[in-house]
This record gives sequence, structure tokens and C-alpha cells, in this order.
Amino acid sequence: MSTPLIENISGPAAKKYAQRRAAKGKPIRFKPREDSVGPRPGWVTYALLSIVLIASVFPLYYTAILGSSTRTEIAQSALPRLFPGPNLLDNIIAIVSNHQIDFWMSALNSIIVAVVVSAATVFFSTLAGFSFAKLGFRGKNGLYVFVIATLVIPMQLGTVPMFIMMNEFGWIDSLAALIVPSLVGAFGVFWMTQYLKEALPYELIEAARVDGASVLRTFWSIALPAARPAAATLALFTFVGSWNEFFWPSVVLRSQKTLPLVIPQLSGAFTADHALIMSGVFLIALPLLVAFVFLGKQLVAGVMAGAVKG
Amino acid sequence: MTSQTAATRRIGFSRNLSRWDIKVSPYLYISPFFLSFAIFGLFPIVFNIWVALHDWDRRLGQGDFVGLDNFTWVLNQPAFWTALQNTFSIFVLSLVPQLILALIIAAILDQNLRTKTFWRMGVLVPFVVMPVASAMIFSQVFGQFGLVTPLMHELGWFSDVDSPFFHNRFLSHVAIATMIIFRWTGYNALIFLAAMQTVPRDMYEAATIDGAGRARQFFSITIPSIRPTMIFVVLTMTIGGLQVFDEARVFDGAGTGGTGQGGADNQWLTTVLYLFNLGFGDWQDRMGQAAAVAWLFAAVIIFFTLLNFFVTRAISTSTSKPTRASRLAAKRLSEKGRTR
Repeated sequence: MSTPLIENISGPAAKKYAQRRAAKGKPIRFKPREDSVGPRPGWVTYALLSIVLIASVFPLYYTAILGSSTRTEIAQSALPRLFPGPNLLDNIIAIVSNHQIDFWMSALNSIIVAVVVSAATVFFSTLAGFSFAKLGFRGKNGLYVFVIATLVIPMQLGTVPMFIMMNEFGWIDSLAALIVPSLVGAFGVFWMTQYLKEALPYELIEAARVDGASVLRTFWSIALPAARPAAATLALFTFVGSWNEFFWPSVVLRSQKTLPLVIPQLSGAFTADHALIMSGVFLIALPLLVAFVFLGKQLVAGVMAGAVKG
Repeated sequence: MTSQTAATRRIGFSRNLSRWDIKVSPYLYISPFFLSFAIFGLFPIVFNIWVALHDWDRRLGQGDFVGLDNFTWVLNQPAFWTALQNTFSIFVLSLVPQLILALIIAAILDQNLRTKTFWRMGVLVPFVVMPVASAMIFSQVFGQFGLVTPLMHELGWFSDVDSPFFHNRFLSHVAIATMIIFRWTGYNALIFLAAMQTVPRDMYEAATIDGAGRARQFFSITIPSIRPTMIFVVLTMTIGGLQVFDEARVFDGAGTGGTGQGGADNQWLTTVLYLFNLGFGDWQDRMGQAAAVAWLFAAVIIFFTLLNFFVTRAISTSTSKPTRASRLAAKRLSEKGRTR
């Protein structure tokens, strides 16, 4: 294979590697990635992709633009400006320092709930997944089918009784009502089971058993490390899901808020001042977007690995 | 007692312990899930029957046993039927364009692109925007000073109304469907892309040699190959799409600003929003009736899920009867794609 061809298939890094090997007189071991076969597409493809990308990002851009305007500018023109300006920061500061909406407290609540729920979900799901994937016990298949079947139950069916239960526990308007019911879910168990079935060879478990390790020890030293990639993806999805959750918090929270509940509050606090409202929306959408820049690759891999909506 | 017997006893004890360990541990490890499901999944569902059969006020608690009165009350509410119609209308308006767009985007992405990950991340951006936030953004886009209404007024459409999208029933459904399309299209495109990548490349090569064009290849190879994934996506979108709440609640600036009740004439009232208003709204605390709505709603979801499943399967088998071998191959491929 010639180096230009290699570059065309796999990009400049592969070409450099091939040139280095050729300079040393060694054979080029070239294996294109599984999804890098076929000819490079032409500019039309990239033009279409750019349109899709603009459509994905435009609503956020529009939010930043409105957030950096003033209310009079918005009433005069649909697109008050083309680029976000310094006014955005002033508006955001006005939001953060407003006493009607306790922004920092809500952000802290959101973080606490999402972190605790993600950590617990990953731990308990890996535990159950290890058991379903690799341990033998009576009634295993039936129980596993049952777990998957629970996925189709609409959560709204339990909302009214759950509210009554939370009332009995004294958890109305407390974070416990958001955290305790979602410590472990069927989706996580299903996800970890499927992954561990593939990723954990029986030989390893047998070897551990022969060496006299207890089941717990086997889980801790062998299953957990093997589950790490899937666990990271599951944590990511659980975090995003918890962060965006709106229905259940609307039902059980009163004075306490999480970030999604702050958004409808904005329109009450700043009646018809769309510039301020939109800067608040932008501020609340921002943290996850910043995280997405760093973790997006993993999220993409997770969706493509067949992530089902949790 | 000699030391020998003590030693044998200890061996026996540890062997018993490890046998017990192997027997009990598996059940112990799955118990957190089943415990949690029993308390927060199964019990509420059973309890929901009890609540639905009683007069139950959110503040006063349990009242008299009323039998099926809550159900008849709900079924006699025009708002309940309006909500069902709206939910269905929004669902159809969002599902069809979403599927078509997702398929096209996936087909474009399924090439040997430069900076693959960048483009894939790009289509997933809407997925990490809080649904409530995107609802707020789009209610601005479709609002009086937004991007669409001034244009419509220029063209002389709905010029008698300030904000037609908050007034006209069909237009409000279009706006809410747009939010759902924005959020889920990229996500589903990536799921389709994962399925498309399991299609062997030499099939396309063979088709090219046979003189099939791009479009022909797409309809004769790609679509049949990812059929199981399409059924799966339609099913998940049905279950999720009928539960639309966030967007409808925030569309007119819920909370203390707007009413968040689904419009002055229930134009965009959805079933879950109706349940919310009944049980937890600002003026009503009808928990018994809300529980009845929950049951009716669950029945609707199960009905549509099954209907969808059979319709999609019928469509996918009637268009071109695939041979048993190709069906099996498709199944194998889809399984591979899902567990990879």
C-alpha cells in the first residue's frame, strides 16, 4: 500500500507512521479501523453535515444572542445582533445574584442528586450485572427477563402513590425523595449484564475461585476493573438523565429546587424580560455543554453501543 | 482435643463457608435492585389501584371508597380526551420527520469521513440540552418576537393574532414536536449509524458493480439490513413520545409566569400534563382521579406499543418477503450491533 493511499483511508497520522516505517526499511503493518473503509466522500457530504451541525447548535447560539441583548432590542428585531456580547455576562450576574431564585443552592442540589444517583447506580448495577452475567443460580433467566420487562412500565403509573409514600416518610421537599427511589434501575442492570457477558472470561473467575478467593473478592478484584469502560458510560448517562429530570422534582419539591425547576421560575421572576430569561436558560444549559466538549466522545460511543433510553 | 481434629474441623468449616458463599452471593448481589423495585416500583403500582378507587385529596389524604367513580369522572371530562388527542397528534408530528431525518443523517455519517468523532458529537449536542431549557428556547423561537411569527405576519398569515403558536392548536403541536425532533434526531441517527456499520461493505461494492446507484443501494441494502433497529427505535420513541410533559409544561413559561396548564383552551395539554394538573396542580388536589388517569394512560401506552410493534413488523415483512436466511442474518447483525 502506498503512503498517499494510506493517508486517504486513515488520515495524516497513519501516513506519518507509514513514512517512518518506510524510512527505517521496516514493513508497514497497516490495518484500517473497522469503520474507515471505502473512498473518502466529496465536499457535498461535508456541506450537508455542516448544515446538520448548524441546526444542532443554532438554538443555543440564538439563546446566547438573546441573552446578551436588552428587552427593548428583542421587541424590535427577531435577531437583535449577530454575536453574543458582554451584556450576556451582566445578565447572568443579574440572574445569579437575584434573591427570588436561589441559583447556587439549586445548582448544588442538582449536583448532589446527580452524583449520588450515578455512583449508586453504577455500583449496584455492576453488582447485579456480575451476578446475572457470570454466576450460576436457580431462577436466573426468569429473573433477568423480569428485570428487562420492568423497563416498559411508564413511571407515571407510580407517581401518585409515590407522592403519598414520600409524604409518609416526611421526604416532601427534600433531596431524599429524588435520590432514594433512583439508587438502582433496571436499565443499569441490563447494561452491565450485557457488557460483562462479553468482557469477562469465565477462565478468570475460575482461576480466582481455585486460588481461594471469595465471591466478593472476585467481584472486587476482577469484575469491577473489567467493567470500568461500561461503568463510565453508564455513569455518564445516569448523570445526564438525573440532571435533566423535571417531572418527578416538580411533583415532590416545593421550596427546594433543582436547576430544571429554576427555568420556569425565571419567567415568573423577570416578567416578560426575555433577555434576562434567556441568559438564565443559557447559564443553566451551559455546564452540561462544557462537559460535553470533554466527554462527548464517550457519550457517542455509549449511544452507538446500543444505549437505550433510560 | 488434638490439634489434628481442630485442623480438619477448620477445613470443613471453611469449605462450608465457601459453599454457602457461592450459593447465597448471587442472590445477595441482585437483591438491591429487587428490593428497590419492590418498594418504589411494584408497591406504588399496586397501591395506585387502591388510590384510584378512593376519593383522595392531596392535602386531606384518604377519603371514602368510591369504586369506579374516579374512572367515570375522568372519562366524562372533555379535557381528558383533548389531552389524548393532543398527545397523539404531537407524537405523530414528531415521530415521522424524526425517523426520516435520522435515517438520512445516519446514511451521510456512514461514510469514510475525516474527523468522524467531531461530526458524531455535533449531532448529539441537542441531547445534552436540558429538555426544559430547549422548551424555553423554542417557545422564544415561536413566540411573538421570535424567528417565525414575524415572517408569518409579513406573509399575511394569522395577522390577527399576536402569537399564533400559542393560540392555534395545530401550530402549538408543531412547535412542541419541533422540540422533540431537535432533541432526539441526532441520538437516533447514531443508533441507526451503529446498525448501518454492521452491514458488510462488500454488499455495497457488489451493488455498485451491478450498477445500482446511491439511492437504490440505500433502499435495497441499507434499509432492509437495519429493519430490526428501526422497529426498536420506533418502540422506544413510542414509549417516550407518549409521555411528553416537560415541553408542554414549560411552553408558555410555566411556574409563576405563565400558567403551564397546556394553553387557555387546552390546545397543547398532554396526558401526563393533565395527570399533573389534576393531582399536583395549583388549584386541584384530586389524587384519586389522577391515579385513575395513570391507569388509563398506562393502558394507552401498552396498547400503542403493541399496535406499533405489530404494524411495524407487518410493514417490514410485507414490503419484500425476506428469505429466512436473510432474516436470521439481520437478527444476528442487530444483536451484534446492540451488544457490541
